[in-house]
Amino acid sequence: MIKTEKKGLLAIEGFPVMLVFIVIILAFMKTAPNAFLRPTIYMSFLTYNAPTLVLAAGLTLIITAGEIDLSFPSVIAFCGMVFAYLYHITGMVFLPFLAALATGAFIGYMNGLILTKIGIPSIMTTLGTNFFWTGLTILISGGVSLNVNPIKGSFLHTLLVGRIGDLFPAQAIWSIGLTIFIWYLLNRHAFGESIMFIGDNVNVARVMGVNVDSTKIKVFTLMGLMGGFAACLLTFEMTNFWTNQGSGFLLPVMAAVFIGGTSISGGEGRVIGTLFGMFIVGSLETGVTASGIGGFWTRLTTGLIMLGSIALNIVLDRTNGKRVCFFENLRNSVFTKGLKKE
Amino acid sequence: MGDKNFQYILEMKNVGMRFGNVEALRNINFSVGKNEVVGLLGDNGAGKSTMVKIMTGVLHPTCGELYIRGQKVTAKDYNVKKAHKYGIETVYQDKSLGEKQTLWRNFFIGRQITNRFGFINIKKEKEIANNIIMDMIGFRGVGIGVDSKVSKLSGGERQGIAIGRAMHFDADLIILDEPTVALSVKEVRKVLQFVDKIRISGRSCVYISHNIGHVYDIADRFVIIDRGMVVANFSKKEMTLEKLDEFLLRYASKKRGDELEI
Repeated sequence: MIKTEKKGLLAIEGFPVMLVFIVIILAFMKTAPNAFLRPTIYMSFLTYNAPTLVLAAGLTLIITAGEIDLSFPSVIAFCGMVFAYLYHITGMVFLPFLAALATGAFIGYMNGLILTKIGIPSIMTTLGTNFFWTGLTILISGGVSLNVNPIKGSFLHTLLVGRIGDLFPAQAIWSIGLTIFIWYLLNRHAFGESIMFIGDNVNVARVMGVNVDSTKIKVFTLMGLMGGFAACLLTFEMTNFWTNQGSGFLLPVMAAVFIGGTSISGGEGRVIGTLFGMFIVGSLETGVTASGIGGFWTRLTTGLIMLGSIALNIVLDRTNGKRVCFFENLRNSVFTKGLKKE
Repeated sequence: MGDKNFQYILEMKNVGMRFGNVEALRNINFSVGKNEVVGLLGDNGAGKSTMVKIMTGVLHPTCGELYIRGQKVTAKDYNVKKAHKYGIETVYQDKSLGEKQTLWRNFFIGRQITNRFGFINIKKEKEIANNIIMDMIGFRGVGIGVDSKVSKLSGGERQGIAIGRAMHFDADLIILDEPTVALSVKEVRKVLQFVDKIRISGRSCVYISHNIGHVYDIADRFVIIDRGMVVANFSKKEMTLEKLDEFLLRYASKKRGDELEI
């Protein structure tokens, strides 16, 4: 007999976040029925959040490995530029797309190389490279945006960001598909297991024969590659490149990962949680506005929800012995620790 | 498992190790026979852990030779994975298991059972892990299963898991690096029972400790190192616990005397 410690619904990965997401959507359906009971808003939601989701899935792996990547906004900008410029020079769509992916992978590889071989912590490495690649983007483009409108109608454009049945955005399938792939990679692949052990305790990983440096470099390269892909999704959807196109991504992506229940201390990653975390972050913006509460409230609500779901994750994750009991967990949680005597 | 006509599972000849200006090990000669439990004793900082790291391929010695089953091993192609292949497993004091991971993942980290594309065969891994936990280590009815997380386990149970893992992978030599530090008396007894299982199963063991009391009962031979050198090497028959204790004390006081003279 193989025993599982978590019983019932709690055994489902990312269950608390799903719960929060459902509650939020139900609340918005009540407050803004005109918007939230029609498919249009969901379609536009899936369209504009696809790059965010791709980035968040990649970042989940990085955070699981106990590292952080702050450089993906610059990847979005630089890879978008690589695509747009090469498209203008060559007139081809596919090759510039591959070049953008390769550029992303290269930026990630450089991040990995710097932090493993020189030993600069990833937060500083990627902060530095973020400035570097953003700066290079501005320098090369001269701060001017570039229109790539003619790619509309090309095969790759339809494949990546077309509308299935004139309604459903293809990038939703790409981004959710990639997220599922990342879940398999993390939870079912030897590579993912190495990532978890590195994030958990790098010494254990090392003495058990995991090649720590090469695994880290691979994770960052993968993150760069996914950044390149996200950049292409964005540029294809907008048929436009602009120099600060990556600037809005940093905080929502991080928020999605943390709302999803991935711990900043590493060792555990919840890709499904990230998926729903991204849904929450994305729907708040739209929902709060559509509910007529006013756009000023968006940030405040996002903050509250983020803290709330992280707290919920921590509380629900405690397993005492064999049985998991919500109220028992609540009693023993950090929030009430000060109230009782040891 | 290669040539059967060897005297020692592992042998170190004139091994030395330098870290910059610090000479951590000098001229170490050390060997472990078949089905022998060797207690490696020494004070903190004597060089025990460095020796372990050399035996397990984490560090490469600056000079000297390493023989496994009578065959010379060159430093260049010796590493943790190779050590595992040669049947040498290590149980560390605190860095053997990943805290947040389930037990079945801990059993197979670094050598997962995978398909061609590197995806893990979870069903098989869990099945084997379950056998190790239930039969090899005997954790029946204590509420520990393959899906338990390491953080739920007591210190003794953790060492049991690590030893069970080592035994599963057909290790001929299991190195225990201070497995009882920071454990309660009861937990220490548990670990010592696990060591007994190693001996009964016909394997060899190097038990590193600075607590003679723990080592004396289970070891066949003792090697004492001090400041990077082997200072004594004798079998259990030659010495009682009292004598050994006295010897160590005398040695320590002599050392202190030396320092005073200077």
